[in-house]
Amino acid sequence: MALSREQLAQRVAQELQDGYYVNLGIGIPTLVANYVPQNMEVMLQSENGLLGMGQFPTEDEIDADLINAGKQTVTMAIGASLFDSAESFAMIRGGHVDLTVLGAFEVDVQGNIASYMIPGKLIKGMGGAMDLVAGADNIIVTMTHASKHGDSKLLSTCTLPLTGKGCIKKVLTDLAFIEIKDNKFHLLERAPGVSIEEIIKLTDGEMVVPEHVPEMKF
Amino acid sequence: MAGFNKVVATYEEAMAGLEDNMTVIAGGFGLCGIPENLIKEIKNKGTKGLTIVSNNCGTTTHGLGILLPEKQITKMIASYVGENDEFERQMMSGELEVELTPQGTLAEKMRAAGAGIPAFFTATGVGTPVAEGKEIREINGREYLLEESIKGDFAIVKAWKADTFGNLVFRKTARNFNPMAATAGKITVVEVEEIVEPGQLDPNEIHTPGIYVNRLIKGSFEKMIEQRTVRFTY
Repeated sequence: MALSREQLAQRVAQELQDGYYVNLGIGIPTLVANYVPQNMEVMLQSENGLLGMGQFPTEDEIDADLINAGKQTVTMAIGASLFDSAESFAMIRGGHVDLTVLGAFEVDVQGNIASYMIPGKLIKGMGGAMDLVAGADNIIVTMTHASKHGDSKLLSTCTLPLTGKGCIKKVLTDLAFIEIKDNKFHLLERAPGVSIEEIIKLTDGEMVVPEHVPEMKF
Repeated sequence: MAGFNKVVATYEEAMAGLEDNMTVIAGGFGLCGIPENLIKEIKNKGTKGLTIVSNNCGTTTHGLGILLPEKQITKMIASYVGENDEFERQMMSGELEVELTPQGTLAEKMRAAGAGIPAFFTATGVGTPVAEGKEIREINGREYLLEESIKGDFAIVKAWKADTFGNLVFRKTARNFNPMAATAGKITVVEVEEIVEPGQLDPNEIHTPGIYVNRLIKGSFEKMIEQRTVRFTY
């Protein structure tokens, strides 16, 4: 079975470590916050100027001056700090964020990522995504393995305008957890009940498959 | 003698001197911390041909988006322009020129302009459409691209509190691009929720010193929320 959105978030959460500063993108990455293991402290960075993002507010706590990068109202966790956009991106571009999780349209074997524009169709802008992929070392891309029409999003070469070049090393799809190195995809784990053949069929770039590919555990 | 007193009485006075074809840098992230009344004043003035530099362009009904119906904006420099149908229409039809700029690069372009730095190298955007036509240099084995800073004829800023000298304090995430915008205007205009006398703000707590501020006005704010999100409580 392909992973649900919640399971994708759960699997990413297994990569968290105690004391991590983490930037979560919009969509599935945001859900990762719901699965931070107990007995672990993680601080969430919001690119609009907040380190230590808390949960959503109650009606009474709503404050128009306190939002996240998705423009949703939020609260601050204990120990939070506030700063301006230049400071926020100094953290991001300076490599101070321990883990970045973001979505994508396409990833290729060279570690290129396309996530912000579909020419003629979707032109909303990159927001902070280009800064995040250029500045972070530890990035996990979450996306579905293939489009609704069955076209692979894991390619030999990205077809859409790039968000970043040669910067992606880990991709979690609804079918597989994949590492990118030496210009190849390497299959690390598969979703429970999903066969290696199925994953290879829906992957366009070259994939290295070890003898034993464990199923993801939840 | 006005001395360091930056306070003006009317929005008309606050935006006096803004002319067609000027560049305006605006603070704000989404609709959070936007100089909403200064934007309304630009709409009322009917100034045209503007180049606007801001992270976003508001919505169809709020923020910088209200300058779109009368085509007051000729060029928009922003990192994210979704959630605005009229913007998309003008961009797709070619009526509006759009320069999509990574958010960190945009903040740094303002910061650098305010600090007298004409350009800077960054890894952000290397190998992407953003790098087209820009100088690439290899430094310590990695490629960087040269980004030029952006100065505005005007900068429009929203702060929380100010003293009459223009020392500013921002509130929570409404700070965002405002401090950098404040440094990058030839004329920097700030609107605030409260103005106090000099000496009433703790100098330790001032985010933007008054040296960057030319005009200051007290306004009242709607503070629209784009994504009102609450948690369930039982």
